[in-house]
Amino acid sequence: MSRADVLRTGAGRRPHPLWSLGLLRSELLTTVRRWRTLALLGVLAAVPVLVGIAVRIETRGGGTVGGNGEGPAFITQITNNGLFLVFTALAATLPFFLPMAVGVVAGDAIAGEAGAGTLRYLLVAPAGRTRLLLVKYATVLAFCLLATLVVTVSALLVGALLFPMGELTTISGTRIGLAEELGRALLIALVVAASLVGVAALGLFVSTLTNSGIAAMATTVGLLITVQIVDQIPQLHALQPYLFPHYWLSFADLMRDPVYWDDLMNNLGLQALYAAVFGSAAWARFTAKDINA
Amino acid sequence: MAPYESDDAVGSAQDENPPSGRRKAARYAVPVAVVGVAAATIGLVPALADSGDPDLPKISAQQLINKIAKSDVQQLSGTVKVTTDLGLPDLGGLEKGLLSGADRGGSGDDSAADPQAKLTELASGTHTLRVAADGPDRQKLSLLESGAEYSLIHDGKDVWGYDSKSNQVHHSTAAGSGKERAEPPATPKDFADEALKSVDDTTSVTVDGTAHVAGRDAYKLLIQPRQSGTTVGAISIAVDAKTGLPLKFTLTPKSGGAAVFDAGFTQVSFARPAASTFDFTPPKGAKVTEEKDAARAPEHTREHGGGLAGGLEGKGGPKVLGKGWTSVATFDTGAKGGLPTGSRGGDLGGFLGSLGEKVTGKFGKGTVFSTRLVNALITDDGKVYAGAVTKDALVKAADAGK
Repeated sequence: MSRADVLRTGAGRRPHPLWSLGLLRSELLTTVRRWRTLALLGVLAAVPVLVGIAVRIETRGGGTVGGNGEGPAFITQITNNGLFLVFTALAATLPFFLPMAVGVVAGDAIAGEAGAGTLRYLLVAPAGRTRLLLVKYATVLAFCLLATLVVTVSALLVGALLFPMGELTTISGTRIGLAEELGRALLIALVVAASLVGVAALGLFVSTLTNSGIAAMATTVGLLITVQIVDQIPQLHALQPYLFPHYWLSFADLMRDPVYWDDLMNNLGLQALYAAVFGSAAWARFTAKDINA
Repeated sequence: MAPYESDDAVGSAQDENPPSGRRKAARYAVPVAVVGVAAATIGLVPALADSGDPDLPKISAQQLINKIAKSDVQQLSGTVKVTTDLGLPDLGGLEKGLLSGADRGGSGDDSAADPQAKLTELASGTHTLRVAADGPDRQKLSLLESGAEYSLIHDGKDVWGYDSKSNQVHHSTAAGSGKERAEPPATPKDFADEALKSVDDTTSVTVDGTAHVAGRDAYKLLIQPRQSGTTVGAISIAVDAKTGLPLKFTLTPKSGGAAVFDAGFTQVSFARPAASTFDFTPPKGAKVTEEKDAARAPEHTREHGGGLAGGLEGKGGPKVLGKGWTSVATFDTGAKGGLPTGSRGGDLGGFLGSLGEKVTGKFGKGTVFSTRLVNALITDDGKVYAGAVTKDALVKAADAGK
């Protein structure tokens, strides 16, 4: 049986479902074991520690921090309840640190393999390009969740150590108990992770365009910065509701009581749209391109 | 680039049995189709949802006004979108600084949670508010900001202002509990009440069909000034057919274009809001400012409730010239030399002067500051004339008032 035959049967007959899971697991392990990934996660975990210590030092004498409404969202409420450190940390990392980390991992997904010359070995296995792409995307999405949870857990630990916990005042002025607080914190972490779905799909598409992992990462992060800048220019307001970072900070609406869903739904819908457009573009490119490395 | 890039690259490409050029290109139709479907959905869904005004029994303008007057909605909660477009130059932070500076100078109080300071923000741009009410003693008004919220909570005799961005609390007690509204106007009903006060022989009031507002069937009441000289084109009020509650208030200028002011419910419910909504305790670590003079709270309300000319009232006791839509409020700032618009005022004066337009008349000399709705004339001898009237009408009023 020639190599071509192997490939053709691989594409024609569905392999055992567990086989994909095995591929996913090996992809996840490869991604998480990289030094680069660990360094990114380390930086993300350090952000809440820095914010927490800074707020703690500044409010030692009973003062307030960011009294004029400056700094990231929720920063003034940290002294009221340590759980707000989770939201402050997510608000501080979501505009840049989190999507940058995702951009690095997503940009590397296909282009990195191509650059290292390992992509065709992956394709020799009876996986099929579509399946490989899906596994790669699933890996990037898992990383989105992992990165968000790293920030959340780190912030939760620092917040619990340095600040009081217990009953929390929502930004609407009402109070909720500890169980509901933790539920909302988890929901916010999930929404933040879901906010990164769009940039992950964009990164994956860029990754299929080139054979250089570095170029794909740089392009993704560069696009991210460009889009963020465009989102700030008032003259382009007609365009802004369609930019993927536009509704990112809407996760804060989960801290209102009752929750204000409009922007949250806009955000999730927009992320799904970006995932569909750039995911299918990545598929079109990846299944049609010549793999020669 | 890659060390493996060699002759067998060609072979590997053949291995994959790549689709022909046309079939390759066809794959790109998928993302294009996704974009197309999304664009169509974004474009069509609101249009479909909007289609068809509700069929409601005919009603006369007078009956509709009575319906509003009789409306007694005690319990509601909803979301209100307020858009103000006065056509002011976008000064960004500078404008905000000037406004809050002026405000602090006036009230001698620098809490970020002071209702008066906070609500000047509504004077420009689009804001989302949430309102909740349960009887006359319990109301809540929240201004939704990015990642923060400003809440004004009236619970019995307490009025709390909570600014989550700066974690500051402003507390005052409503003197005349019950009768006196402890909140500034923000709902379409408040504005509708003000507009209906001005309904007299200078005004034409008609029922202008029906509409869907916030998922409810509503009549549209159209109020148009008969007088010339006013900048107000028309006021449209959508009134809930069942409860008589005004759901949407739109003020369009005579000059045309987008509405100067638009306040409408985007979502409304007449169920009793949860009791916890009105329950407020200052959070730990928050800075609480107590209102020093308890009598000030109702005074706030009056100042804010003064309708279109209300915001322009000064401390010197304003006089109103003329009547109806062309009435002009005037007061003496007492400052001889008026605004520091000339060289006297330095940089800021020159900047303010550049925004206005110099006019002369029998009254002397002055500067007119124009917006799409309100025009104000500040004379060089320190008098201010302001109203929703054209520049010519303003000069005429100033001449007459001299």
